[in-house]
Amino acid sequence: MNGSEFLFLLTGLKWTVFLSAIGFVCGSVSGLGIALARTSGIRPLEQATAGYIALFQGTPLLMQLFVVYYGLALVGLKLDAWLSVAIGFTLHASAFLGEIWRGSIEAVPKGQTEAAKALSLGYVSRMRDVILPQAIKISLPATIGFLVQLIKGTSLAAIVGFTELARAGTIISNQTFKPLLVFGVVGALYFLICWPLSLYGGRLERRLAAASR
Amino acid sequence: MTDQATTSSAPMITMQGVNKWFGSFQVLTDINLSVRTGEKIVLCGPSGSGKSTLIRCINHLEPYQQGQIVVGGTRLIENAGIIDAIRREVGMVFQQFNLFPHLTVLENCVLAPMRSRGIARAEAEATARRLLDRVKILNQADKFPAQLSGGQQQRVAIARALCMEPKVMLFDEPTSALDPEMVKEVLDTMVGLAEDGMTMICVTHEMGFARQVADRVIFMASGAIVEEAAPQAFFSNPRHERTRKFLGEILPRH
Ligand SMILES: Nc1ncnc2c1ncn2[C@@H]1O[C@H](COP(=O)(O)OP(=O)(O)O)[C@@H](O)[C@H]1O
Ligand SMILES: [Mg+2]
Repeated sequence: MNGSEFLFLLTGLKWTVFLSAIGFVCGSVSGLGIALARTSGIRPLEQATAGYIALFQGTPLLMQLFVVYYGLALVGLKLDAWLSVAIGFTLHASAFLGEIWRGSIEAVPKGQTEAAKALSLGYVSRMRDVILPQAIKISLPATIGFLVQLIKGTSLAAIVGFTELARAGTIISNQTFKPLLVFGVVGALYFLICWPLSLYGGRLERRLAAASR
Repeated sequence: MTDQATTSSAPMITMQGVNKWFGSFQVLTDINLSVRTGEKIVLCGPSGSGKSTLIRCINHLEPYQQGQIVVGGTRLIENAGIIDAIRREVGMVFQQFNLFPHLTVLENCVLAPMRSRGIARAEAEATARRLLDRVKILNQADKFPAQLSGGQQQRVAIARALCMEPKVMLFDEPTSALDPEMVKEVLDTMVGLAEDGMTMICVTHEMGFARQVADRVIFMASGAIVEEAAPQAFFSNPRHERTRKFLGEILPRH
């Protein structure tokens, strides 16, 4: 494997990181909306978001990417591979993050909401100033755990022709006939990103557990 | 001692024929109560008798199904603006303190005045420092709640409520979660507040406190007000059997 081939892998890595970042950031924004709707106390909103979450948790990510890619094409929306994949990951991430954060919001003791209400804080301030800062802290280990899953999940984007790290590996491997070496490098690159995140998540989890004792 | 001159005849809170159910279980039955401005009420009764629920109806932490509640001349109805307006005038102190753990003591105190009353930070902080000083905890202003003892946390909770400059303070068993050696510092704070003329409804079993500051002691059982009297009469001459039984259970410690 020569320098330009390795560089090609790094380009794939760049797209993996980029796709993960898009999915995570856009998924976070809509996931927050879903978590808030899920805990809103407004029946139809709660049921609609519960259905959305169930749908995305109950089907494989690969199916979701297929449906977005081919489904949108079917209704006449021919999107770039990368755009359709970004939409797919955003939807996927929003459902999982929405569910993680719903749990965290509900894990904040009820007395916090009551104290905030008794102080006449409105919904926005109650959420922004009181509940979410605590909920996000509670959710961090699970959120980071999901991010790691998401990064690894981007390898599925190869299926619709998106050249991220895994697909870059396949291409180089086919050129060099050294699959073991190439996929060893590819694996190491995934590991270099995911392992520190996992470590960090584990540390946060231990710290949270210690604080709640 | 209670200063009768500070209690005027204008009612601060009236509850008329209030009924409330949790599902099919009736938790409050025909509650009629009028609290004058400056008056101090102690509310007692066995666990589960509806004391918390009663005071939580006053600031609409609990909705009620029948009857009428008027706070400071405003009728409490299911309207977000009205509920907010009433909550601005009614402070509440909880058994479990319920301080915001991610905020410092000072931030706990300025949050609501800034967000809900629109007061500028500098002014809110000045008020907070004055009130933290009053509950004798100003030197802890930059600490987080978890760094304080229970008694200190509860005094911060009192200061936090006072920062909204409420007209009424509701206390829901403010000393029940405290270690015995910390009860006094919180009760002393409450006595000070009473002496300054605050209108107060206190759910508590601290009968020494009731004797010292209450204008009236109200006894509840099974969701209804059974008996109410001035502390002297309440303790020396309870009229109802259930009151006598309750007092017999909580008083014989001395
Ligand atoms: N959210 C609720 N749902 C159903 N029942 C409740 C709820 N809150 C309180 N109760 C019941 O209402 C009764 C009165 O409760 P509460 O007002 O907390 O009594 P107290 O403060 O006098 O101990 C109890 O029987 C309690 O179990
Ligand atoms: Mg209670």
